Amino acid sequence: MHAVEVSHIAKSFADKVAVGDLSFSVAQGEMFGLIGPNGAGKTTTIRMMMDIIKPDSGEVTILGEKLTEATKDKLGYMPEERGLYKKLSVLESIIYLASLKGMDRRSATEKANQLLNQTGMLDSRKKKIEELSKGMGQIIQFIVTIIHDPQLVIMDEPFAGLDPVNTELLKGMLADLRNQGKAVILSTHQMNQVEELCDRILMISNGHAVLYGNLSEIRARYRGNSVLIDCKGEMGEVPGVTAKRPHKGYTELILDGKTTPQQVLTHLISRGMVINRFEVATPSLNEIFLKEVGKKS
Amino acid sequence: MNKTLLIFRHEFLHTIKRKGFIIMTLIVPVLALLGIGVFQLISTIEKPPVVETTTIGYVDEAGGFGQYTTQGNIELVPFDTPGDATAALINGDVPEYFVIPPDYMSTGVINRYTLEKEVETPPIITTVIKNFLTSNLLSEKVPPETVYRIEAPLDLVVTRLTETGEVATEQGGYGNVIIPGIFSLLLAFSLMFSSSYLVQGLGDEKESRLIEVLLSSVSTRQLLVGKVLGLGAAGIVQVIVWLASAPLLLRLASSSLGGFISTIQLPANFIVLGIVYFALGYLLFAALSAGVGAISPNAREGQQLSMIYSLFVFVPIWFSSLLFIFPNSPVWVVLTIFPVTAPMAAMLRLGVSGIAAWELAVSIAVLVLSIIGVMLLAIRAFRVYLLMYGKRPNWGEIIQNLRSG
Repeated sequence: MHAVEVSHIAKSFADKVAVGDLSFSVAQGEMFGLIGPNGAGKTTTIRMMMDIIKPDSGEVTILGEKLTEATKDKLGYMPEERGLYKKLSVLESIIYLASLKGMDRRSATEKANQLLNQTGMLDSRKKKIEELSKGMGQIIQFIVTIIHDPQLVIMDEPFAGLDPVNTELLKGMLADLRNQGKAVILSTHQMNQVEELCDRILMISNGHAVLYGNLSEIRARYRGNSVLIDCKGEMGEVPGVTAKRPHKGYTELILDGKTTPQQVLTHLISRGMVINRFEVATPSLNEIFLKEVGKKS
Repeated sequence: MNKTLLIFRHEFLHTIKRKGFIIMTLIVPVLALLGIGVFQLISTIEKPPVVETTTIGYVDEAGGFGQYTTQGNIELVPFDTPGDATAALINGDVPEYFVIPPDYMSTGVINRYTLEKEVETPPIITTVIKNFLTSNLLSEKVPPETVYRIEAPLDLVVTRLTETGEVATEQGGYGNVIIPGIFSLLLAFSLMFSSSYLVQGLGDEKESRLIEVLLSSVSTRQLLVGKVLGLGAAGIVQVIVWLASAPLLLRLASSSLGGFISTIQLPANFIVLGIVYFALGYLLFAALSAGVGAISPNAREGQQLSMIYSLFVFVPIWFSSLLFIFPNSPVWVVLTIFPVTAPMAAMLRLGVSGIAAWELAVSIAVLVLSIIGVMLLAIRAFRVYLLMYGKRPNWGEIIQNLRSG
């Protein structure tokens, strides 16, 4: 059973197509990246998954069934813009929102204290939300999202506005969730975070899927015919290499199309060269993103 | 716990902890107590006012107006000529004078002279001059008792009977109108403020996107029903505080103030109907506010939009003076049945003329149906316009979307 199964969903607002015929699935125990430029339709897709808005067509199943009140208790959602009751205390906010996920007050309090302690915010539990910094508010929002031990966690731009320390904290907690077998969907346009965390991705642009699948497979698909090398000494002529592009700390060797990276490596080793780094050049997700989105637009 | 109940409890506690709500709830008993206290303080410090005798000059050019120059505490001083009277007026010997011209019997004209700028002659002066003229005209023609009766021909005493001919326990009069009148006004303000809370709350939740977090846990129906009931319950708490304090305050006021205050009474059924109309009024306005909150992109626009129906609550109060003159006008029946004005109109009418049982039944039934209808529309509108953060749709779009949505 998939954690999420989206089948041919579409949504238009007035004359504008926000999402057009989108299908994808997310497995349990998977970290899934929903990526795309601003206005691509990521948030609309998430809102349709959450049953906050109805799709014009298509179907969504969450944890094997259509979203019901009972299923809602098994998912955690953190929207892009954070919102909590400003006048309530941190602990009261967490307990109230946890109770709406079916937790009783006692276990919500216990778990809230545990998570506040884990995130170093236990001392702030009696503070009003309006007294917190933006980053602290975001951590509280994260706690609210996961406190009820959801099977599926959906996070819209989770790292926006977070400092490096809190970003690492959040990443660690997300990795823990995945390791516990939960499905995690990250919607973001921060490609480096997706590259670091996600197993599979769906890239959308103008409401349509551009790329979908395993991240390493996608990157392999976009792999060019060059290698990156950092070695001591003069390389001299290398058979099969048509050009050398020096970069800071390494050199990019452009291959002729017939020569494989292994042949180049064997040749250099046979010449007794000391090689510190040898890497088949793979484009970053950001480069793929720019290429694909640029192609579309 | 049921999720609707959780939202209900949260909204109820959130509302009754608001400063505005606490002030509005406590201001009635506190102000009344303050008023009684201030009155008692003043009455112990101040001595009873001494009735001062004033004088009014007059010139009798017609002749025969020389008697009855003492009218209550006003002394009428004759002058020979208007010139003498004017001089006395300028000297400050008399504050004013009047002239009975030679042709008074044929014209009835009396000329009054004063240094004061007035809109019209004070009623007391008119009465004094009238009684002075009447007494002199009838002097020695009819007995003094007849003269007195002509001057004060009636002291109307009205007794209301029941349908069986017995003296009714509730006799009407201004004393009966006071409490319903005050309650009607308080309800109007209370409804206006509470609508504003709900619209503000929903607007804030939409603007901060908290609404999305809430809707990832509960349905639109659970969210809105919980909010509306929470506000309705807060309204009931408010009216109970007021109603519970009313008899106590009245007893305190009538024992220390006496007079007119001691005639104030709560009309029969007022407590029960007061609570019913208060609760239904709160629920209707909460449902309307939920609808407005749904179609408004932010709290500010929602507040502006809510003014439209908030103003309706004051309609029966604006026209309340007409209720005394035309208590049985069909307009009052319409205002009692029209849901937005029903709570205020019903309360006012309970004190003035009473309401027929069928009108009460229809009014309450229409209110209940309106609450359900508005609630269903609000839930629908909420779903359609939930994510419309940028702009408010026009009315045509709203109607079209509600039909299709």
